[in-house]
Amino acid sequence: MSHPMIEARNLCFVYPDGTRALQSVSFRIGPGESVGIIGCNGAGKSTLLLHLNGYLTPTGGEMRLSEVPITRQTVAMARRAVGLVFQDSDDQLFMATVSEDVAFGPLNLGLTDDEIERRVKAALDRVGVAHLRDRPPHKLSGGEKRSVAIATVLAMEPDILVMDEPSSNLDPRARRRLIELLRSFEHTRIIATHDLEMVVEVCSRVIVLDGGTVVADGPTREILNDEVLMIAHGLERPHILRHLHPH
Amino acid sequence: MHMADALISPAVGGTMWVASTGLLAWSARKVRQTLDDKLVPMMGVLGAFIFAAQMINFSIPGTGSSGHLGGGMILAILLGPHAAFLVIASVLTVQALFFADGGLLALGCNIFNLGVFPAFIAYPLIYKPITGSAQGGSRLWVGAMLGGIVGLQMGAFSVVMETTVSGISDLPFKTFVWLMQPIHLAIGVVEGLATAAVVSLVLRVRPEALPERPPTGHGAGGSRRVVIGLLIATVAVGCGLSWFASTRPDGLEWSMGKVSGKEELETPGDGIHESLAKIQQKTAFLPDYGFKSAEPVVATTELTPKEPAQWPAVSAGTSVAGLVGGLITLLLAGLIGYGLKRRAVASTRQDQSNTGGEHS
Amino acid sequence: MSFGHYIEVGKMDELGRMDSPMHRLDARVKTLTTIAFIVTVMSFSRYEVAALMPFFIYPFTLMAVGRIPPGYIVRKLLIASPFALAVGIFNPMLDQRVMGSLGSHDISGGWMSFASIVIRFSLTVSAALTLVACTGIHRLCAGLERMGLPRVFAVQLCLLYRYLFVIVDEALRMRRGVEMRSMGRRTLRFSTYVSLIGHLLLRAMDRAQRVYQAMVSRGFAGQFRVMRPTVVRWNDVAFMVGWAVFFAAARVWDIPTAIGNLLVGGVA
Repeated sequence: MSHPMIEARNLCFVYPDGTRALQSVSFRIGPGESVGIIGCNGAGKSTLLLHLNGYLTPTGGEMRLSEVPITRQTVAMARRAVGLVFQDSDDQLFMATVSEDVAFGPLNLGLTDDEIERRVKAALDRVGVAHLRDRPPHKLSGGEKRSVAIATVLAMEPDILVMDEPSSNLDPRARRRLIELLRSFEHTRIIATHDLEMVVEVCSRVIVLDGGTVVADGPTREILNDEVLMIAHGLERPHILRHLHPH
Repeated sequence: MHMADALISPAVGGTMWVASTGLLAWSARKVRQTLDDKLVPMMGVLGAFIFAAQMINFSIPGTGSSGHLGGGMILAILLGPHAAFLVIASVLTVQALFFADGGLLALGCNIFNLGVFPAFIAYPLIYKPITGSAQGGSRLWVGAMLGGIVGLQMGAFSVVMETTVSGISDLPFKTFVWLMQPIHLAIGVVEGLATAAVVSLVLRVRPEALPERPPTGHGAGGSRRVVIGLLIATVAVGCGLSWFASTRPDGLEWSMGKVSGKEELETPGDGIHESLAKIQQKTAFLPDYGFKSAEPVVATTELTPKEPAQWPAVSAGTSVAGLVGGLITLLLAGLIGYGLKRRAVASTRQDQSNTGGEHS
Repeated sequence: MSFGHYIEVGKMDELGRMDSPMHRLDARVKTLTTIAFIVTVMSFSRYEVAALMPFFIYPFTLMAVGRIPPGYIVRKLLIASPFALAVGIFNPMLDQRVMGSLGSHDISGGWMSFASIVIRFSLTVSAALTLVACTGIHRLCAGLERMGLPRVFAVQLCLLYRYLFVIVDEALRMRRGVEMRSMGRRTLRFSTYVSLIGHLLLRAMDRAQRVYQAMVSRGFAGQFRVMRPTVVRWNDVAFMVGWAVFFAAARVWDIPTAIGNLLVGGVA
């Protein structure tokens, strides 16, 4: 893994219907960092994530990956380096079997059959679902689906993992497994979520979005403990922190 | 109005397969040419939507019955004719494969009847010109209604044609038409209403969801040319096959006649019914039984003033022998199946005990 | 299509994913053999009854070796039968020429052709259902694609099948929500119906958009690639050739009548 730097410079995005989803968003995320992106519904989290791998093209400013702007010419490289895990695993698992789904990305990279097989096996082993290989995605439980969805992205061997609400719709045990899995990764991790307790456990840094702009960016505990800031932006201080630092 | 295999002849089934697969290949090429990568996932998901939509009914006031969306028109409106045709074809394929709604041989007919008319006739020639560029309003309702009605009327008529030409059913053409068309007028009205209502809701809630799709391909002229071309090809293949069927009882029959050297059976004739009558003479393939020499039994009551076709010679003995033999064969077939099943089960048990549950 | 139907898809899906000697055969070989079967059955005269009987061996064998429960196929057969029966039932009324007899009873051509329709229907439909049950839609799709089915068509067929379960679940939930507020009415008022279907449609379109995003995010650039190594082995060939010989033999020789003649003594 080359651990590149990902950077947003004055990123702006306006939807065709005129909605200004992002307004001058800027941040730099270094190699191996684990960053939580938080904010209430409609703050622009999902729109931001779709910029990170070049699915959306900014209407102003730019996204840079290892100092290279993501443009039409470099987007293939960006998609290789940045793996996106979607909120609804059903959207991500569109093939007939788990192994076909995991092989979808590597096939698009034009790898040899042996290499594809190696990656499918490695990715499924990494998330601990090798036994689901030949199962149809629609027969899996929510937790299994999420694991497989992560495997489909790992098989691309990305440097940066971007996840949209990875802990949503998971039962407590599946959520716990997911947190342990996320903590074990060495990739750069960017996680958009409402699950602030998970952020405390997984992320060392937090970016707070509100109304399409960055309103706070700093160490997780510092920001999540700032009751005034959190409430001002429709969030709340996670219980796990109250427990640790009683006031 | 899904056709079943049991009601169509191989000639009709084959002809419609040729027509439908031709249109399928052409539509697939057109879809590829649009270079819209988003179209394929949209097609798949909307196909699934059509299934779900067909499960939900609304009550038709004053009739006690209920209706639902068929889907051909709305797919054409959302996806354009070529993509819609492919989606309709795959919906019908899944229905044929999983629900036995229409057989495999009849699938060609069903794709044609339920796909071609909404996608390539009702949508481009009726809905589009009526609604024009004005999206929504009364023109949408009129266009969708007329489109729905015309599409289903043509489809129903096509069912009648295919069944009649196949000659398996004795239902006279006129009676069948009178049975099918009025029912499908009602279904067409329902289809049109539901389509228009759903499309106008989508337009109201999210107008950008209905993209102003450029006419796919190279304008209506191009697609009309292809449709006409395919129509001609279909008629030609159909004529060819029925000529083949009329001079040779049917392809398989004929080739078997060749093999067994029984061509002297053939007498010149014309028309499907006569050719079908000749198929009956196939008992002569088994000259040992001597049934051929038996006199045709004269029908006692004749309800239908049918053309004096030569009816096959069947003696009473044949029927009894056929019945007894048929039942025994069925029994044998069942026994073979049962025996194989026991063996299959036994071998799995063995497999499992041998390999100790080792699985790939 | 009803909710019962939907559950049946799940069952068919399970059967298609089982493992048996029949499931392991090449999908193309099974498809071609089944098509040959259907065409042979359809090619019999419209009054043929007895000579069709040997053909039951084909679906029976597939069911037995593929471990498909026959009761399941029979139930589907019954569900699908109304149209064929409705059209066929006119035959006995319209064609009353005596074509044979059983003892002192005359049998009209109409009844014979009706019986023939019923038997053909049972044969062709059970063969087709058994084919799917011991192949599974995806192997079938892959097989058909290798036989020249356009890629675009195969891909969206697979996607349709994949999202069938997802969208139908969504529809179920939405309908349940409406039903709970509609005082036990089973069918919906038109306005409610339109609103429900319209929103189901919008959600389906959103879903398609997200599926596309997921594809693009994993390097999809318009070309759908699949890795499905399949080779035709000798037992595939044996399966096809064996059945083809049987179909031809059963088509040429009326085995049941021969057996019957042996037993009742040939009447000429």
